[in-house]
Amino acid sequence: MTAPSPDASPPLLAIRGLSKAFLGVQALDGVDFTLHHGEVHALLGENGAGKSTLIKTLTGVYQRDAGLVALEGREIAPRSVDEAQRLHIGTVFQEVNLLPNLSVAENLFLGRQPTRFGFVDRRAMNRRARAVLVPYGLAIDVTAPLGRFSVATQQIIAIARAVDMSAKVLILDEPTASLDAQEVAVLFTVMRTLKARGIGIVFVTHFLDQVYAVCDRITVLRNGRLVGERRTAELPRLDLVAMMLGRELEEAAHRIELGPAGGDDRAPLARFRGYGKARSVEPFDLDIRPGEVVGLAGLLGSGRTETARLVFGMDRADRGEATVDGRPVRLRDPRTAIRLGFGFCPEDRKKEGIVGELSVRENIILALQARQGWLKPLPRRRQEEIADRFIRLLDIRTPDAERPIQLLSGGNQQKALLARWLATEPRLLILDEPTRGIDVGAHAEIIRLIERLCADGMALLVVSSELEEIAAYSRRVVVLRDRRHVAELRGEEVTVERIVAAIAAEPGAKEPGAKEPGATAPGATAPGGAPR
Amino acid sequence: MTPPARTSAAGIPRALPQYGALVAVLLANWLLFPDFFTIRLQDGRLFGSLIDVLNRGAPVALLAIGMTMVIATRGVDLSVGAVMAISGAVAATMTGAGWGLAPVLATSLAAGLLCGLWNGLLVAVLRIQPIIATLILMVAGRGIAQLITEGQIVTFTSPGLAAVGSGSVLTVPMPVAITVAVLAVTGLLVRRTALGLMIEAVGVNRLSSAGAGVNTPVVLVAVYAWCGLCAAVAGLIVTADIRGADANNAGLWLELDAILAVVVGGTSLLGGRFGLVLSLVGALIIQAMNTGILLSGFKPEFNLIVKAVVLMIVLLLQSPALTLFLPRPGSPRSGSPHPRTPRPAEPPVKSGSVKSGGVKSGGIKPGAGA
Repeated sequence: MTAPSPDASPPLLAIRGLSKAFLGVQALDGVDFTLHHGEVHALLGENGAGKSTLIKTLTGVYQRDAGLVALEGREIAPRSVDEAQRLHIGTVFQEVNLLPNLSVAENLFLGRQPTRFGFVDRRAMNRRARAVLVPYGLAIDVTAPLGRFSVATQQIIAIARAVDMSAKVLILDEPTASLDAQEVAVLFTVMRTLKARGIGIVFVTHFLDQVYAVCDRITVLRNGRLVGERRTAELPRLDLVAMMLGRELEEAAHRIELGPAGGDDRAPLARFRGYGKARSVEPFDLDIRPGEVVGLAGLLGSGRTETARLVFGMDRADRGEATVDGRPVRLRDPRTAIRLGFGFCPEDRKKEGIVGELSVRENIILALQARQGWLKPLPRRRQEEIADRFIRLLDIRTPDAERPIQLLSGGNQQKALLARWLATEPRLLILDEPTRGIDVGAHAEIIRLIERLCADGMALLVVSSELEEIAAYSRRVVVLRDRRHVAELRGEEVTVERIVAAIAAEPGAKEPGAKEPGATAPGATAPGGAPR
Repeated sequence: MTPPARTSAAGIPRALPQYGALVAVLLANWLLFPDFFTIRLQDGRLFGSLIDVLNRGAPVALLAIGMTMVIATRGVDLSVGAVMAISGAVAATMTGAGWGLAPVLATSLAAGLLCGLWNGLLVAVLRIQPIIATLILMVAGRGIAQLITEGQIVTFTSPGLAAVGSGSVLTVPMPVAITVAVLAVTGLLVRRTALGLMIEAVGVNRLSSAGAGVNTPVVLVAVYAWCGLCAAVAGLIVTADIRGADANNAGLWLELDAILAVVVGGTSLLGGRFGLVLSLVGALIIQAMNTGILLSGFKPEFNLIVKAVVLMIVLLLQSPALTLFLPRPGSPRSGSPHPRTPRPAEPPVKSGSVKSGGVKSGGIKPGAGA
């Protein structure tokens, strides 16, 4: 499965020194990218790396500030997705951007329906639609509404549409995010067919296995800058992850001394066995003990957030069992979890955390009040006491407790959310990216707070992309990859490089888990493995 | 630390458009009809144009009470007019069949409650959009009412039921007294318990509220059920007043007046903070205009246009462009000790994340896909 390696011929798509800024923030800074005919090229990077900006600049959604984009040697500057499509650049987004209530054929030919006497010629359209789908192995009823088919089929139809509109460059933006293993395999077959036809494919994904399964070349971006371009066969996983996360693996881990918190001998507060949810997280085992911080580390989309949401009952598990204090429980919804003494600060503060229009006071007492029930209102004075106490304790900067929480800065909103849970005196607090989008000062305060809470005997489950942070405060770190818990590091093993190594480890190979000190990820990998 | 005024009528600056409009409409009525404010006592009951406004405004005011809370949860209940017809049909038919007052009232109210529960079930459990969910009963409800009355206009002569519409309590007309009582009970229910907070929380952000442990389905069902109950009371009053149930016309289009009353009262259709009293003011503005146009001798055809113009003015006064001067309920008052320029809230994810990433050298930059 080596690339046709057309290094000598002029590249299909050449991007040089591409820059784009938004409101003074440099989203892309002098990025180069080269795509050859008949190549699958992975575009990788963590959140905020600039992948989306690159794609949107390429497809005419944004206009570049500086740089050159040349298609087969000709400079292009598309001003809309339509224009990009006419320039032979087709895009398929993660969320299929077709119309689910129109038929498959209509979707395929939308805006370019074959006509007769000025009217749409449905028969011709349906006939051509069937023909278009043949190479993809799709023998489906093209007159049926698109929405009736699985996301995978819709993805392939979207690809067929893009290719049929004479795409030479096909951009697949996280097409596999909501597909299962079999569907991914089908998609890969389609990608290989297109590759053989000389089409260049830009493949954006968070799944490293898929990168190694189907890609010829990898370009990694970080913070809007190009980190490097490598041939897949020449880039060990460990190096790839290091490129994405941007750290020297030799770098010594500076680990903060942990207090004498509870050891593994304590009975677990919560215990999960074979717990999981289809298309979300593979079944996992997890114990959480009082007074310990368990970190969840992994790349974006690896199942960290999904694990946290399952533990809190935000999402319902469809397999496995959970016990709290040794008693089996069914975590059906957040209310159940809260009654068990859980709390959860979600990743998306605005959408799932704060109640924006309500005051800081009301936001702080909301969970406590909800647990007490509507018939037992907290007296106004008690509410004010609680709010004022936490405003002082966590140093929430607000003129007063009555200010609508949406007017506070991100860090103060986060602290108010922490206050909401602390007011309920939880036994297990789940924090999803507690320091995201927060200024430095608040950042440090929140980390200090995590350590203090843990010393007080509270259990914490923390999801974070900041590996140094996780390594600093976690007693144990569960490493996730591709929606699976792949390793658990404990005690002295909790170091940034061990976490990175576990994220990068080859599936199937021995995980650099707790039992194998010094385990490193294998070197060069043979591409072509199964997606899962 | 000023608590945000809610139902309290004391928040004059905040409620200026509503009270201003009410006063203006009443003054206009007075100019057209100098006897407008004259109130006399006759046979132990108050009479006069102003009393008439209150009395006739009662049904819409009752609907507005229930509607306020539905709208506060970011919903709407289009079925209240049809529920009025159902409760009226039940009352008139049962009275005609010889039932006593107590079972008649109980059954009518129960019918309204049931309708509300149905709406709540559709919205909270089946997660159908409120406007569609309640449209079902808006259409079907009149059919149900017609089935109950067997397509007839059912009249009755029972003085007991008639008193609900035309009787009086301590000189106050019964409909007004009932409205005040329902307002008081509703106010107690939402403000003396934590229900009000939960209604507002669900309206502002259902996901966050559920995540904080608020039982959002129960809150939603309760709110729609209460709205149905209020509509049933309104239906009883109308039926009792005319001593008959007209399944086709009872409460026709009143759902729109009720929504208007709530919006004029300053509760946002986007949910969140609500003011029960202000919704009643909204209902009174609407009724005062109806009465005024009637008294003025204008052709009734003008009614709708004049109404539309006045309402537009009230709503314009509340428009975001003017909220700097006239904040809507719950927002900080203009007289707050702190300047109105807020500390910048969290900037859009993109810039915020990159900024935070930048400050921590060597850290992994978080943030949304840029």
